[in-house]
Amino acid sequence: MSAAGLAPPLLGLALAPLLLGIVSRTKALFAGRRGAPLLQPYHDLARLLKKGAVYSPTTTWAFRATPVVTLAAGIAVLFVLPFGSLPALLAFDGDFLLFAALLAAARFFTIVGAFDTASSFPALGASREATFSALAEPALLLSVAVLTYLTGSLSLSTMLGAITGLEWRQAGPALVLVAAALFVVLLAECSRIPIDDPGTHLELTMIHEVMVLDHGGPDLAFVLYGSALKLWALAALVAGLLVPVRTGQVALDGLAFLGGMIGLAIVLGVVESTMARLRLHRVPQLLVGASAFAVLALLLALR
Amino acid sequence: MTTESPWLDTLMALIVFTNLRLLGSSRLGACIRTVALQGVFLGLLPLIAHSNDLDWRIVLLAFAGMALKAGVFPWLFFRALRGAKVRREMEPYVGYSLSLLAGIASFAVALWVGSALELPNRAISPLLVPVALSTMLVGLFVIVSRRKALTQALGYLAFENGIYAFGIGIAHEAPFLVEAGILLDVFVAVFVMGIAIFHIRREFDSIDTAALSSLRD
Repeated sequence: MSAAGLAPPLLGLALAPLLLGIVSRTKALFAGRRGAPLLQPYHDLARLLKKGAVYSPTTTWAFRATPVVTLAAGIAVLFVLPFGSLPALLAFDGDFLLFAALLAAARFFTIVGAFDTASSFPALGASREATFSALAEPALLLSVAVLTYLTGSLSLSTMLGAITGLEWRQAGPALVLVAAALFVVLLAECSRIPIDDPGTHLELTMIHEVMVLDHGGPDLAFVLYGSALKLWALAALVAGLLVPVRTGQVALDGLAFLGGMIGLAIVLGVVESTMARLRLHRVPQLLVGASAFAVLALLLALR
Repeated sequence: MTTESPWLDTLMALIVFTNLRLLGSSRLGACIRTVALQGVFLGLLPLIAHSNDLDWRIVLLAFAGMALKAGVFPWLFFRALRGAKVRREMEPYVGYSLSLLAGIASFAVALWVGSALELPNRAISPLLVPVALSTMLVGLFVIVSRRKALTQALGYLAFENGIYAFGIGIAHEAPFLVEAGILLDVFVAVFVMGIAIFHIRREFDSIDTAALSSLRD
């Protein structure tokens, strides 16, 4: 454990809201507006942190624990993620299971918190979230299984570190399929547009936003920051896969990785601007399709 | 001839991808385009596989195949589609998510069969036999699991694509006449299907084949 090992989590903590800013800026440009400044998410978080919180008398500790657990899980996930060729602070065999488990814990508490409000509206979103994330999880784990098989490593850091240009030439089709599957998981888990619309609060088809409807002030800031960290974490998986720059120079690799993250945020903005939200009963089909991609990649890799 | 060509593997993966898209898409127009795309990929297959020793026969057949599968057939199908007032395959016998899983299962089975199959010639790629077999299985699956005559015709076309891929990959010394004959056969079959769909639609105001089982003489 060294000082350099602290860089991936700290950079993640610092830059995660910037990704959201880039996504919304891209969407604004597509809509012909100038859009909010890139640093707007930071201002939003600061504004929310200054406010007080209001709790409904019907809620219990579970509702209050939700923002804390979401944020804690989001921060913890950063410690198993590599940054470019810089390995994670806590890289150990099987850390991808911790990755998935932390995301699941955050989701579990968001769902419990939504039910705890005893309002039917958040509960509706919670039931959808549970359905869709149950379908997204196989895709995530199968994709990681493919990477594990290809690189012979059980840790996210060495796994992504081993994805080089050579690996792409040898197993290109499988890696493309894995990247596609992980991208769909990213869209579903971070409630981006073909699955869910992060920009609306008042539609019957929304999922994530409705669950956190009753949080306010610092709690909402925690939830927003937690979901920004989750976006950062899943985007880091996709970017680590798609930007196989492993020169051995930490600074150069880190810059390439950062460029990949920014590119991915722009792609997210483009996807959100050009696609309509899927009807709810089509969403499971997309997620099953992502799992199908991952299984296909596994079959291609295994042969 | 290189067997480890990444382009060939990519092409194989793309063909499997078109299979999955055919299984997972409910829009008839998208299905037609998917099968047309599959035709293009199949046409590129011999060109890439034999890129070192191309002769006019391979090139001619590849381009004739592509013109037919990506040009004439989609045009015929879209013509039939314009007449029939359907845009979507509603209520297939097997749902789309389950169809996707069936497609994956078919690929797994094809991989297993392909590894067990003893072939006289070496295939152009180790993936070729599994991909060709799974394309055939997917074609058959589409034929039995969809209700619209048009989708079933597309399934037939995918099935034929699988046979074509198998033929290209295994026996690249097949006589010109045989291959041209197969292309002609398929052309006639699709032409007849196009006309049949047109007539079924005119008679029954629908191309749902389930309606045909209620006929009495």
